[in-house]
This record gives sequence, structure tokens and C-alpha cells, in this order.
Amino acid sequence: MPKTTAYTASIEYISILDEQGKFDEKLGKGLITDEQALDLYERMTVCRQLDEFAFKLQRSGRMGTYPQNKGQEAAAVGSALALTPGQDWVVPSYRENAALFMMGLPMHYVLQYWMGDERGSQIPENVKMTPLSVPIGTHMLHAAGIGYAERIRGTKNVVATYFGDGATSEGDFHEAMNFASVLKSPVIFINQNNSWAISVPRDKQMASETVAQKALAYGMPTVRVDGNDIFAVKYAMDDAVKRARAGEGPSFIEAVTYRLGDHTTADDARRYRDPQEVEAWIARDPLIRTRKYLESKKLWNQAKDDTLQERAKTIVKEVVATAEGVSKPEIDSIFNAMFAEPHTELVRQRDTMRTSSLGKDPSQTGLKNTTQNV
Amino acid sequence: MATLNLVQAINLALQQEMQKDDRVIVLGEDVGPNGGVFRVTEGLHAQFGDDRVIDTPLAESGIIGTAIGMAMNDLRPVPEIQFEGFLGPAYDQIVNHAARSRSRSRGAITVPLTIRVPVGGGIHAPELHSDSPEAIYAHSPGIKVVMPTTPYDAKGLLISAIRDPDPVIFFEPKRVYRSFREEVPEDEYTIPIGEAKIVSEGDDLTVVTWGASLFQCIEALDNAPDDVSIELIDLRTIDPFDMDMIAESVEKTGRCVVVHEAAMTCGLGAEISSRVQERCFLHLEAPVQRVTGFDTLMPYYKLENEYLVNAKRVGQAIEEALAY
Repeated sequence: MPKTTAYTASIEYISILDEQGKFDEKLGKGLITDEQALDLYERMTVCRQLDEFAFKLQRSGRMGTYPQNKGQEAAAVGSALALTPGQDWVVPSYRENAALFMMGLPMHYVLQYWMGDERGSQIPENVKMTPLSVPIGTHMLHAAGIGYAERIRGTKNVVATYFGDGATSEGDFHEAMNFASVLKSPVIFINQNNSWAISVPRDKQMASETVAQKALAYGMPTVRVDGNDIFAVKYAMDDAVKRARAGEGPSFIEAVTYRLGDHTTADDARRYRDPQEVEAWIARDPLIRTRKYLESKKLWNQAKDDTLQERAKTIVKEVVATAEGVSKPEIDSIFNAMFAEPHTELVRQRDTMRTSSLGKDPSQTGLKNTTQNV
Repeated sequence: MATLNLVQAINLALQQEMQKDDRVIVLGEDVGPNGGVFRVTEGLHAQFGDDRVIDTPLAESGIIGTAIGMAMNDLRPVPEIQFEGFLGPAYDQIVNHAARSRSRSRGAITVPLTIRVPVGGGIHAPELHSDSPEAIYAHSPGIKVVMPTTPYDAKGLLISAIRDPDPVIFFEPKRVYRSFREEVPEDEYTIPIGEAKIVSEGDDLTVVTWGASLFQCIEALDNAPDDVSIELIDLRTIDPFDMDMIAESVEKTGRCVVVHEAAMTCGLGAEISSRVQERCFLHLEAPVQRVTGFDTLMPYYKLENEYLVNAKRVGQAIEEALAY
């Protein structure tokens, strides 16, 4: 028998607003209103300043390790614009702060979290998101399950989950893609391909030409977009959200972007990155590009930008003050948060901790044999 | 009242909870029309359909991770892992997500999840189908671990686990699945997680055990001299375990033997033994004895009966403790 073709596929690439500020009217028309574009630019600017301030906080000992989002703001805001806060879910990694704020998370939560306080992950009830996820690539499975719950309840709500290029090497990534597909879970897998997983470049991370093609194996609609282009991201996202709301299951978006900062404040990317590569990506900064777009539409000018930068500074200062103004958590909380009701042994250990750490009189605890417990 | 074996009692609990609460979802490998490899989920797919009884892809981390997401979004998933030996791939999801979510979100995102897992040896199973990993999960904060041995206890504890607002691993001793029947009420009832059970009362020595080893302990008690009175405790919940009941018993008897199928080193027997000496030191007439699996791999089935705890070894430990 002659050989035949069992499967063919191609991956579309979408770019609407390029780095020179050139705009594709045909694809981009009606995607983002002027008012929305202004709002996204402001949000990206505030996030950038939050990042810069966070870096200083870490360097001056006021905050622990922090991962900057710098350079990836467009992928965050362009995708979140397609979601409905309070209804749709976000299952994040940790480099899409701007999306979380658009979904309603108060900004100081993120700082409070990186300042070492779990209450920064105590997501308010009206915000549909899971906390930042530090283990790489394991949280997308939760998106599959969260989406499944929405599907069988018969809502039209969708789940957006974010992850980097390195995460797509993890087994759980593939299991999440497979489960979401098979279960027709309304999930949008948003890959922020920023080229680097700490020090490991994309071409050492995978032998595939694109990240987007990994979705083909799971029968999932997939596309690659310019991740620094709010329009291209929104375009792909609208498509994916529409399918998910219509019960057609998950989609995949590879947003090609770049991590302009270090992996975290504990990293020094100069050890492994070519400065020329970084320079080239600075020119593709999503903030510069969005500003050029607004200027071309006579929506923006230097005076307005100066005002915005000042306002962003004020907002960030207030956010930092709020995060730093929160009192230290009570030690009891580590015991009380373990289960809905702490069990007998946890209560005993909590009381022991009180007596040993806080210097209370052991006889006040009502414990027997306290001498060997304290 | 119906007389049921362990498989039927668990099946009944699942069926009744699914009937009562449409948030309860069963998922796992072959749990659908096939009814699970041990037939524990038999009939559920026919009654509740594709959306609530899900034949999943063959991936344990995927099963648990997806179930965690379901639980975070107000479902009550009851995933089945086919054998305890396949829990390994799901360990990360269990320990780093299911067990941590409530605490790390200070109560905002909780995971009411019940992971059912057949456990232990004695059925001539293939390699990696006969282990006893309960202590690994007992050592991991944030997840409850239950191992009922009798049909009555299994039904009541499974209902408690499904209704529990936190994640529970529900180990089912597969050697007991069809080994005996007992009366199980048709009506729903619960047995609190964390409460052990006195199987038989006694004054001279306390035997603490759980899982399939319970039956070797009963045999050892039957073989003991008539003038010796032994108290036998079935722990039922591994974590948090009922130390109050153990301490009360040992304060009365002065002697304690802990029996488990899992390997000895860092097994739960070590924890029980340590707590007994902390709480009952002045009551002890003899060192706490342990009768456990060996610190070897669980052998393939030609040697599994030699590995498994038997009544003779339990009897020897009882004799030594009494003679000390």
C-alpha cells in the first residue's frame, strides 16, 4: 500500500501592532476600544512601576525574593481584557500580576505575599482566582478541574491559566492539556514564552519549533501570537474564550514575549544572557509600543505621560504602604489554618508553642506533662 | 439489615452520597462502566452518568490535580487511584497542593477531596501493587489519612471523609475487600475521623493495629492463654490518630504492642511508641513492642506471606511484653 498522510497541521502567527507601532487595521479593528487601550496602558505602567519599586524593596531588605514581570505586561492585560471579573477564573503562575489586578485582586496582596505573609494569598471572595503558584507547571491541572466544575454546572464561565515556556516541560503540563481536552473543560492555556527558564534558554528547553505546537497533540486549537502586542493577545483570547463559552473545550495561546528582568531578585541574568539580545527586546517593550499606538491616535502625549508616571508612583507608594502596614500574622494562624477545625494534637502543639515562644506560664495551658512538651 | 463485604459497603456509601449531593463526582482509571478494577464503583456510571462518573486518562497526577481543581470550585470529588503503588506520580499534587491550599490561602481556597486507594498485600498481586505507604502521608501535614478495616466502619468513615471540608486519603485494605461480611445499616451514618475503636476489651496488654493486620491480631488473641486479658484497638484513622484512646488503654494495661503491615523504620508504630512513652511512662510495665513489615521492599508474591505480619509474630511480641 502507498504511504498516505495521517495528519498535517500548521500554526498561525498573529501580530497586529508591531514594534514600530504599525497597526493592522483589518485584524485589529474593534478589538480594543480607545478607552480600553488607554486603560491597559495605564495598568501596564502602574505594574512596571510596582515591579521597579518591588526590586528596591528587596534590595533594601523590606521584602523577600520577588519575580519581576517587566516586559510581559501586554500578555497579562491583553488576555485579562477578554475575561469577566467575578465570573471567569484565573489560575496564575507568578508573572502576570497585571491580569490578577484586572480580575479584582487588590494590588497589595501580591506584595504582602512576597513579603512572607500567607494572607497575601487569602483571595477575596468576589475574586475568582487561585493564589500564585510557585511549583512550576503543576497548577494548570487545577484549571482543568475548576473548568470542569463550571461546565457541569452549566455556566458559561471560563478559566485562564498562565505558565512559562519552562513549565511546558513538566509532566503535569501535558496531563493538564490532556485532561482539559478530554473533559472539554473551558480552559485557556496561556503560555508566556519569555525565552528563559531562569538560565535555560528556550532551545535547550525543547526541541519543538514553537510551544504552540505542543497543543496539537491534545487536539486543541492553538495559535502563536506576538505576546508584547495587546491586540494580538486579545484577538487570540477572544477566539479562545468564545470557544470555551460555547462548550467547545480548551484552547492554547503561545504569547511570545521576553523577561526583561532577572528570573527573581535572587538571580543575575547577566551571568547567562547576551546583552545584545536584551537590548533587542527592550526595543520591543510592550509599553513603548502601546504608547506609540496611543500617540498615533492623538490619544497621548508627553504631558499626559508625565502625569501618568506621577500618578503611578503615588499608587505604588500607597500599595507599598498598605502591604507594609499590615501587622505581623498571629503565630496561632499556622495551626488554625491547617484544617477547618484543628485536631487535638495540633491544639496541643499550638498551646505548647504559645508557652515556649511567647513565655506564658505553662500552668495556664491546662496541659499535663508540660515539662517535656515545652 | 444487609450483610455486606468491604467492597459493597464502600459502593453503598458512594452511591448514597452521590444521590444525596450532586457535587460528589467519582473519577479515576476504569471507574466507569467497568466499575473499577476491584468493582468498588460498580453501577455508579449507569446510575449517575458520564459527567459524575468519569473514566479519566491514565495519569495519576492528572487525576488528583484535576480533582483538586474540582474541589477548589465547590465539587466534592472522590478520585480513585487504582493501587497504592501508583500514588507516587500524584504525591506532588497531594502534598504540595491538596494538603497546602487551605493553609497557604488562610482558608480562602479549600480542597474537600477524598482520595480512595486500595492498599496492602496478600492478594498475590503484581509488583508495586501491595505496599503500605500510610506513614508517608501521615507525616505530611494538611491531609487526613483513614484506613478502615470492616465494612461497617468503611461506610461510616467514607461518608465522613466525603463530607469533610479537607482532603482525606481513604485507604482500603484490599486483602479484606471480599474476605468477610457483616451487617451494615442501609441508612446513612457517619463515624468521626480520628476515633479509634476497641475491638475487644482487656486488662493485661494493649494491641494497637489497623488495616488487614487486624485479623492476624484477632488470631493471636484467640491463641493467647485463657488467663491473659488483652485489649485490641483498631485505629481506623491513621492521621490524626486517637492517642487518647491508646493512652487510656495503656494506662490501664501497662503494656503495648503495635502491629502494622508497613515497614518498621519511621512507620506509624514509631510515632505511637514514642507518644506512649511520653504520656504513659510511669504506667509501663514493659517496653512498647512493634510487630511490623520489614525494612525491605515488599516481596513479589511467592514470599509475601513470609513478609506479612502473622499471628505467630504478634503472639511472640505479646508473650515477651507479658514476661518482661
